[in-house]
Amino acid sequence: MKSKLIVNVSPHLHKDESVSKIMWMVVISLIPAGVAGVLIFGLDALWVILLGIVSALITEWIIQLLTKRRVTILDGSAFLTGLLLAYNLPAKVPFWLPVVGSFFAIAIGKQVFGGLGQNIFNPALVGRVFLVASWPKYMTTFTPPQNFDAITSATPLAIIKEGRILEKISYLNLFFGNRGGCIGEVCIFALVLGALFLFIRGYISWHIPITYTVVVGLFTYIFGQKGLFTPPLRAGAGFGGDWLLHILSGGLILGAFFMATDYVTSPLTRCGQIIFGIGCGLITAIIRLWGGYPEGVSYAILMMNAATPIIDRYTKNRIYGTKI
Amino acid sequence: MVRLEEHKTEAENKAIEKMPQPSRVYIPLSQHLGKICSPEVKIGDSVFVGQRIGSVQAHVYAPVHASVSGKVTFVQDWPHPALGRCKAIVIESDGKDNNSRTYEPTNLRTEIGEFTPEKIKKIVLEAGIVGMGGASFPTHIKLNPPKPVDTLIINGAECEPYLTGDYRLMVEKTKEILQGIELVARCLGVKQIYIAIEDNKPEAIKQFGVRSSQFLVKVLKSQYPQGGEKQLIKNILGKEVPSGKLPFDIGIVVHNVATVFAVYEAVYLNKPLYERVVTVTGSCISNPKNLLVRIGTPIKDLIDFCGPLKEEPAKIIIGGPMMGIAQFSDKVPVIKSTTGVLLFNEKEASFNEELPCIRCGACVRECPIFLMPTLISLASQKELWSQAKIYGASDCIECGLCNYVCPANIRLVQNIKRAKLEVIR
Ligand code: SF4
Ligand code: SF4
Repeated sequence: MKSKLIVNVSPHLHKDESVSKIMWMVVISLIPAGVAGVLIFGLDALWVILLGIVSALITEWIIQLLTKRRVTILDGSAFLTGLLLAYNLPAKVPFWLPVVGSFFAIAIGKQVFGGLGQNIFNPALVGRVFLVASWPKYMTTFTPPQNFDAITSATPLAIIKEGRILEKISYLNLFFGNRGGCIGEVCIFALVLGALFLFIRGYISWHIPITYTVVVGLFTYIFGQKGLFTPPLRAGAGFGGDWLLHILSGGLILGAFFMATDYVTSPLTRCGQIIFGIGCGLITAIIRLWGGYPEGVSYAILMMNAATPIIDRYTKNRIYGTKI
Repeated sequence: MVRLEEHKTEAENKAIEKMPQPSRVYIPLSQHLGKICSPEVKIGDSVFVGQRIGSVQAHVYAPVHASVSGKVTFVQDWPHPALGRCKAIVIESDGKDNNSRTYEPTNLRTEIGEFTPEKIKKIVLEAGIVGMGGASFPTHIKLNPPKPVDTLIINGAECEPYLTGDYRLMVEKTKEILQGIELVARCLGVKQIYIAIEDNKPEAIKQFGVRSSQFLVKVLKSQYPQGGEKQLIKNILGKEVPSGKLPFDIGIVVHNVATVFAVYEAVYLNKPLYERVVTVTGSCISNPKNLLVRIGTPIKDLIDFCGPLKEEPAKIIIGGPMMGIAQFSDKVPVIKSTTGVLLFNEKEASFNEELPCIRCGACVRECPIFLMPTLISLASQKELWSQAKIYGASDCIECGLCNYVCPANIRLVQNIKRAKLEVIR
């Protein structure tokens, strides 16, 4: 008999699951969107992605060394943040932009709060809005798709926002990413593939992303162009908003399925997650239709991140043997 | 609830095997919830099998009995599977198995028919029967609820992986268990009787389905923790035990099959609880078995009997893998609540480092009591007991499922247990 038996508290069985496995699974699910981004925008996109990832890893490493915490850059979490940040950038940006963005995402978005699991806001989005606020020009100059007879480099949503008429862009083009936009957000097809993978493996559930998407669709259908409040208010004006365009463009799918679903910054219970999804959807739609930005996904998610502690407080499960 | 890997195939087809008498038994004076017994024998005394050797004046207690005949050699502190250490009576066996039975086993149904509930309860108390599914609450108290009850659930779910002892009893001793159920039902005066069996035990379901007409066999999905009292009640009757109350408050009593079998043996065979079925299994064991073992047998004897070992165990667990207790030594004896002895190798025994919670919500989704384990655990780590209380720490049944699913390997149950103790205090 061994002189020293291992003695620990029950349970003695553990599911084959780990934080890093989850992180790497999400990374894998995002690969198709990255490949599509590079195919659409060219090698520039690849450099942005690599820079984003590497600087996120280095930032995490340095901060953990300085604060004498355990170095955990291999757990996939910083990698994922860098990757998502890069996916939220246009392809032709100065090389220092992803570097600064990732640094900000990791340092301010994550480590200031105490590292993994402690942050209130989605780190990648913190990095992105910092860049949008500081260098709006770079952040809104989009490259046209390289191999297609590019329509325009402006994003469809920006065109609508400016009140111009959107021409020659079919839903199919939107679905496969033949349009201007950020690296990881344009190819809906690739994003859906990745999201399906996460659904099937049980890493995300419908509660946030589907609610989010459906609310944006419904809201823009009701209130969008040709919708209820589009002047002139004619009799019989009805639900005519171009909901499909709103769902397919901008960063909605990337945001709803890969960023709003971030465990750390979204509610714990299913009920809370549905509220979170509805909130994200409403804020996104309102910003897009009446706000100052053509987009709105980043701000919507960040605002709902801030609301998460409150949502958690009011959506506690009913405990067995108690009444609500 | 979660479907776990069962690991039951190793032992489930092994018929219950009577283990040879050990040369020496260590009988702890506390094998139940409630007051510890005082020894009633001295060093040097001769005892026979089934002789009462420890008892106490109290409401919640159960006497202990000699499991072999022989001489008392020591009364001393000894390793205990649940309490760490406990005073135990050590008996050197004379190998004769001299019995204490003062009269022949009662076989006549007519005679049993005259047994009043009072008489049955007295026999159960004197036989030292406790809940044998692991909780070890004295059975005579559960046969005597302070309020009238109308429903009896017999728990044959055996939802812990690896364990197969209850299953073997159900298959091999169906008739006896049914007779035991009748006795328990008579004590309680219940109208409704359910036998709960998980659907991974078709043989047991068949046996009971064929033999029992007065009872309803309820087939439950095999998932953990299906065999928890609160889960059984919810899944069978659609009722919930109110928070802070016990099943009898809503007219229900739950007894484990092994306990009911012990009641049968006590009443029909006049046999106190001095042996029980223990599953010995795990990856280190080359011959997994279901053994009928004398209480007080050191688990080393059980392991040797199922040997030789395939590899050195890195962890020895008494009970199931989800709620069982890891042991410091193989000297601990089998007690009344020992359902199994599991030997895990290095790989199975290793556990990963604890990471910060990533709020994945898995624990929240799987908790069968619908608690938010991560929040209770956090409150507990910060010693915010009033918050832990609001989150319902005291309702936790310590099933360990939250811990099982947690990707960050947080010791949720440990933290919640601590909060529970503080909240109750
Ligand atoms: S909190 Fe308690 S009841 Fe809930 S899963 Fe964890 S151990 Fe089981
Ligand atoms: S399962 Fe673990 S990581 Fe997930 S929410 Fe619960 S405690 Fe946190």
